[in-house]
Amino acid sequence: MTGGISKRIYRIQFALLSPEEIRKMSQVKVITADTYDDDGYPIERGLMDLHMGVIEPGLKCATCGGKVDECPGHFGNIELAMPVVHVGFIKEIKTLLDSTCKSCGRIKLTEDEVKSYSEKFSQYSFSSSDPEIIGLMSKKVTDEASTRMVCPHCGAQQIKIILDKPTTFREEGIKVTPKEIRERLERIPDDDLQFFGLNHEVARPEWMVLTVLPVPPINVRPSITLETGERSEDDLTHKLVDIIRISQRLRESRDNGSPQLIIEDLWDLLQFHVTTYFDNQTAGIPPARHRSGRALKTLVQRLKGKEGRFRSNLSGKRVNFSARTVISPEPFLSINEVGVPEKAARELTVPVTVNIFNIDHVREVVARGPEPRDEFGKYLAGVNYIIRPDGRRIKLTAQNAEENAKRVEPGWIVERQLTEGDIVLFNRQPSLHRMSMMGHTVRILSGQTFRFNLAVCTPYNADFDGDEMNLHIVQKEEARAEARIIMKVQEQIMSPRFGGPIIGGIHDHITAMFLLTHGNPLFPEAQTVHMLSYLKLNRMPPVEVVGGKKFYRGRDIFSLILPEGLNLKFPSKLCSSAKEKCDFEIEPIDKDVYIINGKMTHGTIDEAAVGSFSGEIIDKIFRKYGSEEAAQFIDRMTRLGVAFISGRGFSTGINDYDIPESAIARIEEISQQAIDRTDKLVETYRAGQLQPAPGRSVEDTLEIEILSTTGSVRDESGKIASAFLGLSNPSVIMARSGARAKMLNISEVAGMVGQQSVRGGRLNRGYYGRTLPHFKTEDIGAMARGFVKSSYKEGLNPLEYFMHSIGGREGLVDIAVRTSRSGYMQRRLINAFEDLKVDDSLRVQDTVGAVIQFKYGEDGVDPTRSDKGETVDVDYLAFDLENEEVQ
Amino acid sequence: MKKVGKFNVLQHELVAEHHVVPKKDEDKVLSEIGIARDLLPKISRSDPAIKALEEIHGPLESGTIIKIIRKSPTMGYSVYYRAISSEVFK
Ligand SMILES: [Mg+2]
Ligand SMILES: [Zn+2]
Ligand SMILES: [Zn+2]
Repeated sequence: MTGGISKRIYRIQFALLSPEEIRKMSQVKVITADTYDDDGYPIERGLMDLHMGVIEPGLKCATCGGKVDECPGHFGNIELAMPVVHVGFIKEIKTLLDSTCKSCGRIKLTEDEVKSYSEKFSQYSFSSSDPEIIGLMSKKVTDEASTRMVCPHCGAQQIKIILDKPTTFREEGIKVTPKEIRERLERIPDDDLQFFGLNHEVARPEWMVLTVLPVPPINVRPSITLETGERSEDDLTHKLVDIIRISQRLRESRDNGSPQLIIEDLWDLLQFHVTTYFDNQTAGIPPARHRSGRALKTLVQRLKGKEGRFRSNLSGKRVNFSARTVISPEPFLSINEVGVPEKAARELTVPVTVNIFNIDHVREVVARGPEPRDEFGKYLAGVNYIIRPDGRRIKLTAQNAEENAKRVEPGWIVERQLTEGDIVLFNRQPSLHRMSMMGHTVRILSGQTFRFNLAVCTPYNADFDGDEMNLHIVQKEEARAEARIIMKVQEQIMSPRFGGPIIGGIHDHITAMFLLTHGNPLFPEAQTVHMLSYLKLNRMPPVEVVGGKKFYRGRDIFSLILPEGLNLKFPSKLCSSAKEKCDFEIEPIDKDVYIINGKMTHGTIDEAAVGSFSGEIIDKIFRKYGSEEAAQFIDRMTRLGVAFISGRGFSTGINDYDIPESAIARIEEISQQAIDRTDKLVETYRAGQLQPAPGRSVEDTLEIEILSTTGSVRDESGKIASAFLGLSNPSVIMARSGARAKMLNISEVAGMVGQQSVRGGRLNRGYYGRTLPHFKTEDIGAMARGFVKSSYKEGLNPLEYFMHSIGGREGLVDIAVRTSRSGYMQRRLINAFEDLKVDDSLRVQDTVGAVIQFKYGEDGVDPTRSDKGETVDVDYLAFDLENEEVQ
Repeated sequence: MKKVGKFNVLQHELVAEHHVVPKKDEDKVLSEIGIARDLLPKISRSDPAIKALEEIHGPLESGTIIKIIRKSPTMGYSVYYRAISSEVFK
């Protein structure tokens, strides 16, 4: 940015454009609907007249003499044959017509009322008072005036005006022409306009009925030349062509005395074109279309909505030095890293200012040219552009590289390609929290995708079913420092949402840790060494010799990645519901995970220990040792997990859900019992003998009873099924360790799917008195209301399948509705909060300096550093101290 | 002043304590928190708590500082100040 501020906006006034003003600012009166002549030269007094600016290089503006980039563009004007109303002011015109006399034009208030209201209005000024207050007062007055059916001034009888949307006014069914409307508005005296909130000096109401139309500068509606040489005009130009054509025909018809009917038709057509020129989505009229059938994008469409000028171009701009591609996983990267494809790295650059300290190195890099590789063919960062102190950019090529390397001097800027270790910002939309954009260090990889450690999926909410992400290269030293110090992934491990780790193991990481530590199994030396070869460690766990062979314990292997001095005791997820002894552990003490001085002695590592959202170990390492150590733990834990589980193998299939015939028969039996019980309940209800629960109707009571019957039979079947599915079952391992799915899902596969519901109740809609024509009307038995007694494994019958789809649909609709609604809520929140800041004294203020909170959050606690919302976990501190003393 | 029912909102469990800062103490409070009066958060004069305070203190002019003491799970309590606005919030 160069140059100072040349002009400062002092104030903005909103007003109506008067016809005179439109003519005054116009540089040309456009009279021809054509654009270019056969030679491609703009037709004089046509829509592309050179007085309105230039878009073609070589031509000069006929108004200011400027060339393409110099001329700002100038307005023209179209004289409309007959007046038409401006759609944007329909509401105002309606109020004006409603509350003024049709013959004398005065506001329909008595002299006394005019006097008293005038006094009230004179307390406010248009330039300094709150427009909302004036608006409210005006509403009250005009409402009162519009109910008068006789004019208090001239005594004329009034006729109610009805607005036939969008732009036609009628009096007792007879159309009031825009010309007549304009005449009536003209009659309203200046003094009465204050009651409508209009400042008569800058906004006469008759200006809301257009007689002249401004033609926007060509710069606003440039024509484009297609590859075929064909010219394609902007939508606005198309619309203006229509307006001029119809206006001309209307003028001719009127002048040579055509029948009134034809004139009226043309007039309506002109009104249509002018209306759609402003807003092509006006309710009540069909949108004007392009020859291809596409609706035209006119003035309102340019500004409105997500793709409009405001949200798309002013609040959201596109940036340079960024890349976007598909993402894929890479377990061998640290959580702090991101894998960037070579192709992207060659395009993305970091500006390096040359100085006396780095000049030798810079010259070396410049000399490499734009596509260097080392002797093994590995990527090396090159240089794309060199910027001289005068701002000139030199494109570096293999040919000029050597020569340019010599020319580089301190003060020059060299745009160096991305290299390993550069800090970049990585982002996935929707960016719902601050962890949606984090700082990563670059690793250059072959391939076409961005890659990262799976532990970072959670904060980005990313998966690899085709998700794409954006990468931004930070361009300034200060920004790079901030990115490294506060945005780097390891600094974002703790979530400000709940004061716990949001980055941690997922899926197989958790399964692997579970298998590694549950029951503290023995692993042969070869397997152990292979696993540990994935980690950069220089120690081995303690050996245990069994039958002359070396073995290692799972918990000891896990302990290798724990920092020294860590003391921790917490219940594992596996045993979270256990009281004294856990059913899944042999020893009662294994209910809790014990880590003393960095050595894990008891329990099972699962979601509660290393998972994202809950990982107790990650949480405590972060608090005690800081972000660096926490990141290292996650790196090692995920690597160890991958190393272990890819060696051992882990998979599940349909036969993992096999349960004995007897169990299937038992489930069948209890589901039949539930159906019978439902029938019995219905019978009791039909006989009028069902006792209503307190505060409920009989119908409600029946539904609740049935729901609890079908609910409990599903639980029961789940219990029966899971009795045969122990901790050796892969699905059960995943569910119990918290890696994926819940026990409920397993019982749906092996046992029974159960009652389907919509909005918490049994299915009941569809046909008259029944969900499907397969049932009798008024059948409210189990099957007719969406009870699914089959399991996923055995398969659903067509009726059950249908019921299940209804239940499933609710979830999908819910998500669709929720995301759009919460998205808009989020937008409003962000807009309200974006300029609040917290100062050193923890005071929250807006840009004006008005206080929002005297102390951030009223307690000054940073939720990120809080312990799950609490300030300090005293019990843990005591436990930690106790164990430190023992050592 | 007409009594609007017997119920006093300030006595409700979920309503924070509202106190009128006496005129003579206002400057002291403002200098303590180091802020100009017009930068204080506002409270609508139609706020039920203000109406309840007016029952006790009589009409309160706009600009009067109200000290609000809220319960806080982390701090025990937290203190907040608002100035009565000249406007009625919608
Ligand atoms: Mg996806
Ligand atoms: Zn010009
Ligand atoms: Zn009249």
